[in-house]
Amino acid sequence: MSAPSQDRLPAAHRPLPVVDSAKRPLAALYGRNARSVIERGLKVIARQNWAVLVSGFFEPVLYLLAMGLGLGTLVGEVTGPGGSSVPYTAYIAPALLATSAMNGAIYDSTWNVFFKLRFARVYQAMLQTSLGPMDVALGEIFLALFRGFLYACGFMVVMLVMGLVTSPWAVLMVPVALLIAVGFASVGMAVTSYLTSFQQMDVINFVMLPMFLFSATLYPIEVFPEAIQWFIKAMPLWHGVELMRHLAVGFVSGATLGHALYFVVMTVFGVWFTTIRLRALFLR
Amino acid sequence: MHPVMSPGAGDPIVVAEDLTKVYGENRAVDGISFSISSGESFGLLGPNGAGKSTTMRMIGGTLTRTSGSMRVAGLDPAERGPEVRAHLGVVPQQDNLDEELTVRDNLIVYGRYFGLPHSYLRTKADELIEFAQLTDNARAKTTALSGGMKRRLTIARALVNEPRLLLLDEPTTGLDPQARHVLWDRLFRLKEVGVTLVVTTHFMDEAEQLCDRLIVIDKGQIMAEGSPRSLIRDYSTREVLEVRFGAQRNAAVVDQLADVATRLEVLPDRILVYTDDGEAALEEISARGLTPITSLVRRSSLEDVFLRLTGRTLVD
Amino acid sequence: MTDTTHDLQRLAASGRVPPPAVMAARARRWGWWYYVEYWLRTARAWFQSILIYMVGEPLLYLIALGVGLGTLVDNGVGTVDGVPYLVFVAPALLISTVVMSTGGELTYPVMAGFKWDRLYYGPHATPVSPAQIATGHFTGVMLRFTVQATIFWGIMRAFGAAPRGVLISALVIPIGVLSAAAFGSVLQAYASTLQDEGYQFAFVQRFVIMPMFLFAGTFFPLSSMPVYLHWIGWISPVWHGTQLARQVTYGAVEPLWLTVLHVLVLGGLTAAGLLWARHNYTRRMAS
Repeated sequence: MSAPSQDRLPAAHRPLPVVDSAKRPLAALYGRNARSVIERGLKVIARQNWAVLVSGFFEPVLYLLAMGLGLGTLVGEVTGPGGSSVPYTAYIAPALLATSAMNGAIYDSTWNVFFKLRFARVYQAMLQTSLGPMDVALGEIFLALFRGFLYACGFMVVMLVMGLVTSPWAVLMVPVALLIAVGFASVGMAVTSYLTSFQQMDVINFVMLPMFLFSATLYPIEVFPEAIQWFIKAMPLWHGVELMRHLAVGFVSGATLGHALYFVVMTVFGVWFTTIRLRALFLR
Repeated sequence: MHPVMSPGAGDPIVVAEDLTKVYGENRAVDGISFSISSGESFGLLGPNGAGKSTTMRMIGGTLTRTSGSMRVAGLDPAERGPEVRAHLGVVPQQDNLDEELTVRDNLIVYGRYFGLPHSYLRTKADELIEFAQLTDNARAKTTALSGGMKRRLTIARALVNEPRLLLLDEPTTGLDPQARHVLWDRLFRLKEVGVTLVVTTHFMDEAEQLCDRLIVIDKGQIMAEGSPRSLIRDYSTREVLEVRFGAQRNAAVVDQLADVATRLEVLPDRILVYTDDGEAALEEISARGLTPITSLVRRSSLEDVFLRLTGRTLVD
Repeated sequence: MTDTTHDLQRLAASGRVPPPAVMAARARRWGWWYYVEYWLRTARAWFQSILIYMVGEPLLYLIALGVGLGTLVDNGVGTVDGVPYLVFVAPALLISTVVMSTGGELTYPVMAGFKWDRLYYGPHATPVSPAQIATGHFTGVMLRFTVQATIFWGIMRAFGAAPRGVLISALVIPIGVLSAAAFGSVLQAYASTLQDEGYQFAFVQRFVIMPMFLFAGTFFPLSSMPVYLHWIGWISPVWHGTQLARQVTYGAVEPLWLTVLHVLVLGGLTAAGLLWARHNYTRRMAS
């Protein structure tokens, strides 16, 4: 880039550097500048979103306190991974971390993306520039992960203070929260490309709510008939909950790896799906 | 070796051939071809829904075309969108300023989308704020700006990458007359320093003020092409006499006016009498004892060209 | 278009419109209902889609939290308040879901009425008064909650989660609506004071509605929390409503004075909230 022009009006005939990208794949979709989208997001967060940012952290903590301490007195001890007996609070804490990672990622990749697309028209402005839709998608997913990272760290601190962390493996719960988030966010963004109205957003909530209520978050799924159990086990959140629970108590086995693999596959699928839907999402 | 773009005036910067965009059954843009030279000010005139904004978005590659070809600065926007847009400044029909940022940050963040360095943007933002006459509002949120201020900021923002080609989609729609004139002044200055302007508008006065050459579009097709002056010469008369006889009588008197005019247009509320001398025509009409309730003599405008070409008015 | 003078005459002065004084008098008495009519008309558009939630939500909550979680609790302490967990939690879930729905109905739509779509300003140009618009909007929403509570009650009966008689347990419907009214009217009044949607509604959701759902005796008796947290229940319409609801669905026992207090708190909040909302609407739309 040449030195800034001293003229008040732009020097119209100053040729801009042109990079030959004809052979680069995705030249139509990617301007290799997702960094600027992230910068914009961080600027917005730094300027005004502090209160909201912090409030998002309280939701899982409130659940933990109410369900763990209040309901815990009624429930007592529960069978955890590997047949060990754990207090109810320690049983639900990892599940709430997984759920919170899912909720944050889905909110950011559906509601937030849809709002910026249709109402704030933030993406419309971005796509008038030399950014491509892939820059926007990558930037937004990174920002969602950044928020998820902050919340996961905060929740881990609460778990530590409450004495709910009993294994060094629990350190992995933060990166696993990000893995869960990236899986949901990548699929969520592809789903958003099919949305046309806010009403359809309610449908997403209607999938999320039962997933939270039934995925062994607050009670073991063994209370249900086997057919329903298999259905729950096909859903992503159950794998996230199990994975977190294994790490929290340090019960690590092949199954732990299997749950993690589920999210790796989900992420690969989600990224592929979102990429082929990028035009439909942003260039409509 | 990449073909270096010589930005000499007169070279075509946008070339569209048989450009088509189909939404389901609706042919929004129906096989139009045009070429825009570097340094000229080019207009797309037509009513709402004619296909102007759709065409604009295909120039920037933010909308994929159904068929036809498009070259902007020698590149296909559908294949090389990010690069094509690096040459462009875009002013969309509705402002899409970033409401979560201040005026100054809007310019800086937007510049970052082009990969421009902070060192450049810091001074550039101040220059653009001055150009947009927003010095007192630099630290304000964009939500606090008036409609005219937002529009000027959107135009300033479009200049952050020093584009060779500025796309303006209905730049003054929704602004009061004073704000429009301020804006036109800014655009004139850009034109003077050689920025190529592409303007869509459904206001004939705007097209006449800003455009060297324009195409008239209706239902996705080009109806006519030329300078505002030549279009008026080819499709209208020098002057127009507008007369009203009241809703009941307009139809009744129209037969008696036929030989006074080159051409007549009967609208629901008035009759347009096309002639080279409006005052003389009015005298002749009065001499026949047909006194209109109101009358007005004016110069022909692009509105009349459009009425002639399509049988409809530009603004419903 | 009407073209002839005769048609225009009929359009401008048919003689079938009562004198302005009569129209004004009618609006003085019934203006609030005219707004309810308008609200119901717009509600028709989304009623079908919302009906699915009104049925789906109770089903999900009762299965997951009543039956699923209930298995865990029944294995732990056995019964809660002398009944199976499902029976204990079901009336509280009814109250909570209805009260939580106010968070959607009496926040953003109020902002839309004043600011985004300016829906309130249409009727404001007629003889209908701002205070009547406030009451009308509130009443329309309460009608929706009546439907919601009725469906929930029906599903509770099907689950055997409301073991007392049909008639007495049906009282849970007005109790649910009253609870929603107590919280909703205050929320509506608060929403009408906001000039701009910052993050206030998200805050209400996270720091008022969510804690009420979690800590106000829904999932466990207030007494299983430490004493210094009991105030959350006492100031919360959800707790007062839930305690009333438990009496009518399974016959929870409570001193009479406490029952009277529940009704007084809910009724008092409704009246105060509505008056505040009417005051705010009048002041805001006149300025």
